[in-house]
Amino acid sequence: MATFQPYQRILVILPHPDDEAFGLSGTLAKAIENGAHVTYGCLTLGEMGRTMGIPPFANRVTLPKFRQKELEESCLAIGIQDLRLLGFHDKMIEFEDQDKLDETLDALIKEVAPEVIITFYPGYSVHPDHDATGAAVVRTVGRLPANERPPVLCLAFSRNTVENIGEPDVHNDVNNFLEQKIASVLAHRSQFQIKELEGPDNWKRKEVRERFGTEHFWTYKFK
Amino acid sequence: MQLINQKRVQQRIDAWKDQSLYVHVEMTSGAYAAHNDSSKHPAATFITNAVIHYSAGSIAGEGPYRVGLKAATGWIYSEGLTHWDELDEERLILAGHDSQGKLVVALQLSPSPF
Repeated sequence: MATFQPYQRILVILPHPDDEAFGLSGTLAKAIENGAHVTYGCLTLGEMGRTMGIPPFANRVTLPKFRQKELEESCLAIGIQDLRLLGFHDKMIEFEDQDKLDETLDALIKEVAPEVIITFYPGYSVHPDHDATGAAVVRTVGRLPANERPPVLCLAFSRNTVENIGEPDVHNDVNNFLEQKIASVLAHRSQFQIKELEGPDNWKRKEVRERFGTEHFWTYKFK
Repeated sequence: MQLINQKRVQQRIDAWKDQSLYVHVEMTSGAYAAHNDSSKHPAATFITNAVIHYSAGSIAGEGPYRVGLKAATGWIYSEGLTHWDELDEERLILAGHDSQGKLVVALQLSPSPF
């Protein structure tokens, strides 16, 4: 078991606006306060999402514009310096031209030269876009010579995760960054309506700290 | 999005008869259906920017509504439509949202691609 290292250059690769919010935003806010530079490559605008506000204020045509704004607001709340919208089609990552996808990620990885990459664990992340994004990242990183590979830390939440790949091996106490984390979650207002997070000083409440105060990652093991 | 106004949707359908239109049709249970409840069968399908002409079309029911469009070589059908975007005059955007506000079904027509 390890704590999250004080990385200074972090690359996040996730498919949807809001994928950063629950599992990662506290870690990023903490790293950024300690001087880290974060690049977030977001593959899609989540334009095929079924939730369009509660009640719905967006529609299939207008949803990507709302979600882009929400993502920018979330990044601002976290302090992310560099957001890249990579322009792939929501829901279609597993069907995308793999060479094109891998080339895009390879170019981003070479440009950023990150000390760590954070993505989804392929096969254990429920949504097909999550799994396909994680698979593309580990495929691309796996092509680098072993001594040049940054560690890949993964988010995972399928029900069989612990049974198959064990407990997460990296933990991060983000209790001091819950204000930023909750602001990240609430920025995605077309997607989430979470009563317990609304209202002032919500990050100080015990149940919020217990639920959101630690973030967990699985280090991907390259063969 | 507003609740469907059946009469105004019918007028929009009639206005675009016998024209070349792009269609987006979609139905989804959501990618998390089985994760949230293992008894649920996750399913989704969409087709976007297929080109159609219809010779007749109507909106039926008392809400949620059904729409059927009779095309030269077949049909397009959607059931469960509740909402439309009354402000969008360029496109006809129809959708069915469930009791939690989540999209279940969509039928969209436009003279230009989505």
